[in-house]
Amino acid sequence: MSNLIAWIIRAIPFGTIIMFGSMGEITTEKSGNLNLGVPGIMYLGGFAGFASSYFYEKNSADPKGWICVILALVAAIAASMLGGLIFSFLTITLRANQNVTGLALTTFGMGVANFFGVFILNGASYTAAPLAYASFSKKIPFLSSKLGILSKTVFSYGFLVYAAIIIAIVLHYVLNKTRVGLNLRAVGENPGTADAAGINVTRYKYLATCIGAGLSGIGGLYYVLDYNQGIWATTEQIEALGWLAVALVIFTTWKPLNAIWGAYLFGMLYWLYQFLPSILGIKVASYVTDLIQMVPYVVTIVVLVVVSFRKKKENQPPESLGLSYFREER
Amino acid sequence: MSDIKTKEPLIRIIKRDRASFGYKVWVRAAAIILALIVDAVFIYSVTGLNPLAVYGVMFNGTFMTSIRFSWAMRDLVTLLCIGIALAPAFKMRFWNIGAEGQVLMGGLATALVMVKCGASLPTPVLFLVMFLTSVIAGGLWGFIPAVFKAYWNTNETLFTLMMNYVATSIVACMTNILRGKASSLGKLNMSTQVGWFPQFLGQRYNINILIVVILMFVMFFYLKYSKQGYEITVVGESENTARYAGINVKWVTIRTMIISGAICGLVGFLIVAGRDQTISTTSAGGNGFTAIIVAWLAKFNTFYMALISFLLIFLSKGAAEIASAYSLNDYAASIIEGVILFFILGSEFFINYKMIFRGSKKEVH
Repeated sequence: MSNLIAWIIRAIPFGTIIMFGSMGEITTEKSGNLNLGVPGIMYLGGFAGFASSYFYEKNSADPKGWICVILALVAAIAASMLGGLIFSFLTITLRANQNVTGLALTTFGMGVANFFGVFILNGASYTAAPLAYASFSKKIPFLSSKLGILSKTVFSYGFLVYAAIIIAIVLHYVLNKTRVGLNLRAVGENPGTADAAGINVTRYKYLATCIGAGLSGIGGLYYVLDYNQGIWATTEQIEALGWLAVALVIFTTWKPLNAIWGAYLFGMLYWLYQFLPSILGIKVASYVTDLIQMVPYVVTIVVLVVVSFRKKKENQPPESLGLSYFREER
Repeated sequence: MSDIKTKEPLIRIIKRDRASFGYKVWVRAAAIILALIVDAVFIYSVTGLNPLAVYGVMFNGTFMTSIRFSWAMRDLVTLLCIGIALAPAFKMRFWNIGAEGQVLMGGLATALVMVKCGASLPTPVLFLVMFLTSVIAGGLWGFIPAVFKAYWNTNETLFTLMMNYVATSIVACMTNILRGKASSLGKLNMSTQVGWFPQFLGQRYNINILIVVILMFVMFFYLKYSKQGYEITVVGESENTARYAGINVKWVTIRTMIISGAICGLVGFLIVAGRDQTISTTSAGGNGFTAIIVAWLAKFNTFYMALISFLLIFLSKGAAEIASAYSLNDYAASIIEGVILFFILGSEFFINYKMIFRGSKKEVH
């Protein structure tokens, strides 16, 4: 039992990282843009968030926790939206290939984060922003201590975990119940028709991609300042998380509400190798744990295949996903 | 919407019919020069160093000594060969993002044969078996997503992307078994050197270079002059046209992806037997992703691919050199590379499209 609780406590923060990443990518993909730069964007967000709060903590005489939070969020969102803007300009205005541009953005984002990260590290193997970590991981006062097991498993996380759930619900509402969402989906399904109906395709694509990038970037921020305890180290870990976020988008069949439980499930699957053996009371060789790590990806492939088998309209990727739109080309 | 707009928009964009060769060269050169200027501004603002001096140091990364040039060529052919593998798939508009995994599977197959059969098979047969298993393993990794694409239209970009991580995990598992209690795998068959490429002109990897150069010509002619190459082109241009013309689209898709995966598997073979003599989860080293950019920018022309591979290898070697000379870090290479790629990708626009400003005279074609 205690193992199961430990597993859940591990899985939910992990899931939150990729939930942000995938909600951003869902928003982007709904506009027909397949942005494979998610890992790069998460790097940008994570690093900008860390750097801003790190310098604030270091240079301010009396640093305040809430300023740390706001500063980090603003910086992370701004930096990752800038990444999204590069992608948008190249793929929407200049109609460059989306896959290639996305991959270049991943290289670029990882380069920027780790390059400037080394300056902050200044020779050390890691640096910390303790106040930012404390503020981001602050638990809800009453709920996190008085409800026994519920406190432990549900209410023991920083506020971004709950923010992610709220954003998922809001995103679901916006995409499915509002005019804006309808227009956005129209752009992603068939930009020619949307254009003819008077929807400004370019504006929708730009906004969706940049806002999506901003959301993904919060995932990187959450990773560094909460999940990783406010520690920055030169890392390639975020890249793997970014691809997992892209996988989660498929798993959710492009629906934000599915991202909530899907992300936690991915978290459980990711930590499967550590907790399942101890729960079952068996000991597995280390090479088996290597093999278990493929489970989230295999599950994603299975979902992808099943979705394409069943051909249900509401589960398909946006029709024009990955294609750039040129009005005069019909 | 009461008033009807009659004004011409400020900028109108139309498709360019066909850009001349000179124009294309001019646009690409301008893009690279602009990128270098942006990078120079970046270098200066971060480090305060003279960008020209830094670029000079960069040159040393590839050209300072003959062994450095040789290493650059070794890394170039790895990247180039994956690009060659991706060319037919991309030409067919099949987004094979899974080269990384296909290379790993090929490398793993090679390594396993080396270890398990190294002692029992005579050398020529051993190389043949290594070659065949690597090609089959890579081909299989390409075949799986292709079947689902052909029959159920499963999104291949995402499928092949996921397959990379399945491959990584399998390689992690197998290397873990192979190394047993040792902390790392080390070179395979270290004492006997069975299954290693022989020294050729001083280096084992020169055989890799030779094979890839041959493959560069073969793939060029395959795509341009063979019947299969033509089928690939038609399927890529329009699936419906292909179907009307009596081309079996499903079969062409599957066949092309087997070829693409198989060549990736071959790269794995070359890496293990000719370059590293070992296998790890990082054997492909991101080349599978970089090659996607190479293949796309070269527009499936294998000779352009060699040029672009050279540019990228030159950059990464140069950046490593800068890093050690000015005690920066290697990630500078990723930034410089990223900026150059953005500019080259953006410059495609000026090759494919033409902007017409308001009030400019109609051009007569």
